[in-house]
Amino acid sequence: MKDTEGYVTADGRQIGGTLMEMRNITLRFGGVVAIQDISFDIREGEVRAIIGPNGAGKSSMLNVISGFYTPSEGEVWYKGAKRPPMKPFEVARQGVARTFQNIALFEGMTVLDNVMTGRLTHMNAGIASQALWWGKARDEEMENREKVERVIDFLEIQNIRKTPVGRLPYGLKKRVELARALAAEPSLLLLDEPMAGMNVEEKEDMSRFILDVNDEFGTTICLIEHDMGVVMDLSDRVVVMDYGKKIGDGTPDEVRNNQDVIDAYLGVPH
Amino acid sequence: MAHLTMGAEGLRSVPALLARNASQFGASPAYREKEYGIWQSWTWAETAKEVEALALGLLNLGVNEGDFIAIIGRNRPYLYWSMVAAQSVGAIPVPLYQDSVAEEMEYVLDHCGARFAIVSDQEQVDKVIEVQDRLHQFEHMIYLDPRGLRKYDHTRLHQFSHVQDQGRAAHDEYIKELQARTAKLDYDSTCVMLYTSGTTGKPKGVVLSNRNIIETAKASSDFDHLRADDEVLAYLPMAWVGDFIFSIGQAYWTGFCVNCPESPETMMTDLREIAPSYYFAPPRVFETQLTQIMIRMEDSGAFKKKTFDYFMDHARKVGPAILDGHDVSAMDRLKYKLGEVMVYGPLKNALGFSNVRVGYTAGEAIGPEIFDFYRSLGINLKQLYGQTEASVFITQQPDGEVRSDTVGVPSPGVEIRISDTGEVFYRSPGVFVEYYKNAESTADTKDPEGWVATGDAGFIEEATGHLRIIDRAKDVGAMADGAMFAPKYVENKLKFYPNILEAVVFGAGRDRCCAFINIDLTAVGNWAERNNIAYASYQELAGHKQVLDTIQAHIEEVNASIAQDEMLSGCQVHRFLVLHKELDADDGELTRTRKVRRKIIGEKFEDLVNALYDGSTSVYTETEVTYEDGRKGKIKATLEIRDAKVVAATPQRMAAE
Repeated sequence: MKDTEGYVTADGRQIGGTLMEMRNITLRFGGVVAIQDISFDIREGEVRAIIGPNGAGKSSMLNVISGFYTPSEGEVWYKGAKRPPMKPFEVARQGVARTFQNIALFEGMTVLDNVMTGRLTHMNAGIASQALWWGKARDEEMENREKVERVIDFLEIQNIRKTPVGRLPYGLKKRVELARALAAEPSLLLLDEPMAGMNVEEKEDMSRFILDVNDEFGTTICLIEHDMGVVMDLSDRVVVMDYGKKIGDGTPDEVRNNQDVIDAYLGVPH
Repeated sequence: MAHLTMGAEGLRSVPALLARNASQFGASPAYREKEYGIWQSWTWAETAKEVEALALGLLNLGVNEGDFIAIIGRNRPYLYWSMVAAQSVGAIPVPLYQDSVAEEMEYVLDHCGARFAIVSDQEQVDKVIEVQDRLHQFEHMIYLDPRGLRKYDHTRLHQFSHVQDQGRAAHDEYIKELQARTAKLDYDSTCVMLYTSGTTGKPKGVVLSNRNIIETAKASSDFDHLRADDEVLAYLPMAWVGDFIFSIGQAYWTGFCVNCPESPETMMTDLREIAPSYYFAPPRVFETQLTQIMIRMEDSGAFKKKTFDYFMDHARKVGPAILDGHDVSAMDRLKYKLGEVMVYGPLKNALGFSNVRVGYTAGEAIGPEIFDFYRSLGINLKQLYGQTEASVFITQQPDGEVRSDTVGVPSPGVEIRISDTGEVFYRSPGVFVEYYKNAESTADTKDPEGWVATGDAGFIEEATGHLRIIDRAKDVGAMADGAMFAPKYVENKLKFYPNILEAVVFGAGRDRCCAFINIDLTAVGNWAERNNIAYASYQELAGHKQVLDTIQAHIEEVNASIAQDEMLSGCQVHRFLVLHKELDADDGELTRTRKVRRKIIGEKFEDLVNALYDGSTSVYTETEVTYEDGRKGKIKATLEIRDAKVVAATPQRMAAE
């Protein structure tokens, strides 16, 4: 899987070479093996889903990608180089942004300020300059604000720009989280259950936004999701996990017809 | 304004006005739009350049003289430029309601035979694509927002900015042709075609000439002393004649600036930021704002609430008199000034009305309390009466002669006469040319001398010369006993209660009147919250016993007030029910401008009407509804029917003659 040729999706998008590769990842917490010897890759421009029943190790996998967990064994390759153990903020600087399963926004801050925090990795002005809002800090903020405004426009949240996040309904908070992740202009966007707890309409909106993000900015997206309908519609390729192991990998159709996957979801005696 | 009338001879089309504005007010703002959180602006000179580039691009795409170009989207500078660019190349712009469903668009696009469409975004592109195979003349579509459209087949689809770029690139090839076509436009060439929403039947295409638009814009701008430094907020549908007159006609004639909101949801914030000096809104907008203020005042602290109530009482007493320049005692004036600092000023600022010099409401009757509330704050809110066929203006209220029950005196240049049947007729330079491809309707509406039937029944007050409208002439009928039946009159009285959003009164040819009521979810919902009444849906709240009690009380008050009117005392509402769904334009029950389609509602809910008249106390019904994406569903409900007390009045047989 080291070719850089890529492939063409069913709807005619050209997918590029490998962006991130997980090689034989194992993650242990004491005696518990959360992830066992899993390998897969994420290619540039694709929507990659990780699915599996509860406790399959999906979120742990996402946390390995985002640098929150360091794998016990195995290697993470990113943009053609092996990634040394890193702190999450260092991973973020490399262009990996994420949203959380349980919303992690600053409730007392406005939507605008929350989204601005997504630009932190792009701010280098010194503390003195920031405090005086002069020179570099000023230019930087104007530039960042413009980028943030484009994201706000894109996700259609102009009307809540100045609203404190704590006052927003759940579905909108999820959208603000996506906005914050997008503001970082990531090469790889990780979405941890973006549709969890949403009603049908909110799910439709979110699906549209995810596809539009991928389409407009060419952002590579890796998402975890329980809603099978959503996963099968959105993603180009799917990794299926069960009890910490990879039991399937392929296009939605391939995965749907995979006997192991059917067993994992419908349940057979282990 | 001497400089504005100079050279009027040459100003016989909108593109000609644009050229004048570009040279006279070149550096002042013509358009603003909030985008990316900032107000972006274009001067008249820049606007002229943008329009030229687009016009050249349209020539490049092969637009012919006389072609129709459909324009679909929310108010954006680009779409206003599209209208003027279309005119510049000799084509006719046809703005459509952006919330129309695909079938409605199909009818209009097919009727005018549009070869081109300029639309705002993916949503509109999808709708047109859905119907374009059935439209034989349709060729190219231009869109503004490329989002989500990257993967579409672009053989007949073009991005707005690319069309402009191509136009700029082909400047030398096409500029002669463009100039020639623009120069050919005269007072009788078609300026725009607007489809009437039509309370009955299919929409009709109203053809308006440059003469109609420019003469009307000129007369109405003079009437209200509009200036080049005025500001308006363009937020009403572009397909509606009012927006065309305000945002194109008057804006190009006087050279004022048109501001477009960031999105429909941010309208109120944008209004506050712009603080327009010239403002127009249908009564519904004023009602909604007032309801919101009152709800928020209910939630505020005791001191604030007391201050607000105290000064608002004072404003109601003397505010309108001060605004009209009548005599008011020095003490009252002082108190009003104090109120201005304490309440009125901040309130107007929060509403975005700090700078309003001239404000209009039209389209429907406005409740006297609502009207007086705004006027008492010192906002110069006036009423006008108009129609698409008249290029809006038929009558309007001059400063100092404003009342909530009249619609004013004939606008400059307009003649009015009342026919024997009580219908209002008018004649003016703004009278439309024809209904497109519908000579029969044209002849029915406009007689050879140019008199146009409004379809409204009304009379002119002898003392003041003001026109008063009673009802749609068609709707004014007789009850079984011959008494006069004016449903709109009753409905308006009902709708003045904040809890009632919509009312439909039946009674023509019957022995008594009955009504359907729609509750206002904002007002009633707030009341429910305050009284700890749980509800899950509109339907549940609408069926709540206490809600029905409240509505019944409102109806009985209205009955008492109607009983005092000799002519109409027979129109008291005997029985009513609260509908299980909100009347909706998507279901065909309202027009796109939210007027009740009485006949369609009567047919659709026939079972309910029958139940109202057969004396039953409840009725089970199933109704089909259309969702925003065009899917259909069903609502089932059992509705309670109640009797309302009527005030005894002897039947006025005499008055019906």
